[in-house]
Amino acid sequence: MKRLKLTIRSVAGAALFGIVLGGSVAIAADGEQLLTSQCAGCHNLTGPAPATLQALRDRKGPDLFYAGNKYKAAWVEQWLQKPQSIRPAGMFYGAHIKPGPKGDEIDAATLTQHPALKADEAQAVTAALMQRKAGSELIAPGAYTPGTISLSTGEMMFDKFRGCLACHEIEPGYGGRSGPEVYTAGARLQEDYLISYLRSPQAWDPKTFMPNKHLSGADLQKFVHYMRLLSEEGQP
Amino acid sequence: MNAYRLLGAGIGCAALLWAAAASATEKPEDNYRTYCVQCHGLQGDGKGINVRDMSVQPRDHTDAKEMAARSDEDLFKAIKEGGVAINKSMLMPGWADVLSDEEIRGLVAYLRELCQCTHGK
Ligand code: HEC
Ligand code: HEC
Ligand code: HEC
Repeated sequence: MKRLKLTIRSVAGAALFGIVLGGSVAIAADGEQLLTSQCAGCHNLTGPAPATLQALRDRKGPDLFYAGNKYKAAWVEQWLQKPQSIRPAGMFYGAHIKPGPKGDEIDAATLTQHPALKADEAQAVTAALMQRKAGSELIAPGAYTPGTISLSTGEMMFDKFRGCLACHEIEPGYGGRSGPEVYTAGARLQEDYLISYLRSPQAWDPKTFMPNKHLSGADLQKFVHYMRLLSEEGQP
Repeated sequence: MNAYRLLGAGIGCAALLWAAAASATEKPEDNYRTYCVQCHGLQGDGKGINVRDMSVQPRDHTDAKEMAARSDEDLFKAIKEGGVAINKSMLMPGWADVLSDEEIRGLVAYLRELCQCTHGK
């Protein structure tokens, strides 16, 4: 653990040194610059996560200060060039719903398109994002052991046994809408992060409206198998 | 030296108290609008944006007849530990990890306002 931190520090140090020398790592500098100038208005790049409901409601985009521990770099780089909706009702659903004749509806007019980046920008920004590794102490590297599950068993757990379907869609247009779609979660998120987050969403985001379902170690593994399977199914 | 140490301890305590107060108590209505409306709906009538594909529909908190049939203890237990704790659906999650007991008591009182009812009437 200590060794890992040290390595990270020396890598960061080397990068800084490189920037000063104006070497090939200048790309990382552009990434940082883009982040501060174009992204910091909506994304928290330094932490901490919202500690009050007011801060939770005011959050304009997902926290990115632990992006390096959360996302798969290849996905980030691709998504930033062609961003598509992930949360059907936006960051805080409460700001994007209205009453309708049959119950609450999503107010689509309040949802906006995410800014897109060019390929070289996306590459630089992704490199800068992947440096952000807050929360490492919450992750056990290798916590996830690859394995398999059938679609029907996975869905049974996600719906009938654990009630996750209430808030998450497992395919476009099927499931709940206050949380992010999970049929792309396996492509977006690192497996060890998923294990850690599902064990305690509040450890990452104390005020989140994803409840802690107190999953067993075996269930945690199975849910990650299921998310990986869903993402593979979704590939054209 | 001692005085400094004392001062330090004093500031430490104050900081702790402040942090506890800051994270402890949100208003019942704000908690309801954040954690409950996603399923129970903007009007508390059980018609939130999540209900479309739910196999058991969320309780209509404005239904005085149904809500009067529950004791405050049952409501408290359902919110803290989830529907299963009172033999209801596990689609009703438990919120002990985000809400303090005090906040849950606040929500029980808020539910009584929504239904304009008390246990038994
Ligand atoms: C106007 C506000 C806004 C700006 C500016 C913005 N974002 Fe976002 N970002 C969002 C929102 C809202 C989402 C969630 C989208 C969704 O769930 O559909 C998001 C999602 C993301 C995601 C996916 C993360 C996840 O967990 O879903 C990444 C990565 C990201 N933004 C990076 C960036 C970068 C890099 C920039 C700057 C170039 C940027 N964003 C600028 C609002 C913004
Ligand atoms: C009451 C609604 C609710 C329930 C029930 C629920 N979730 Fe969530 N979930 C959320 C919200 C809200 C988020 C976080 C949204 C954010 O970061 O913007 C989330 C986040 C997640 C994420 C991370 C997704 C991402 O893109 O960052 C996964 C994976 C997940 N939930 C899986 C599950 C599983 C598995 C269950 C059942 C054991 C479950 N959820 C139950 C609301 C819910
Ligand atoms: C994921 C959706 C969901 C969320 C979020 C949710 N509930 Fe529920 N709730 C339900 C469902 C479904 C039921 C009905 C259970 C049954 O009838 O078996 C229910 C039932 C209840 C009951 C029991 C009523 C009775 O019949 O005894 C109470 C009390 C309650 N909810 C309060 C809340 C409060 C307070 C919150 C927010 C802190 C909340 N719920 C959040 C889905 C949800």
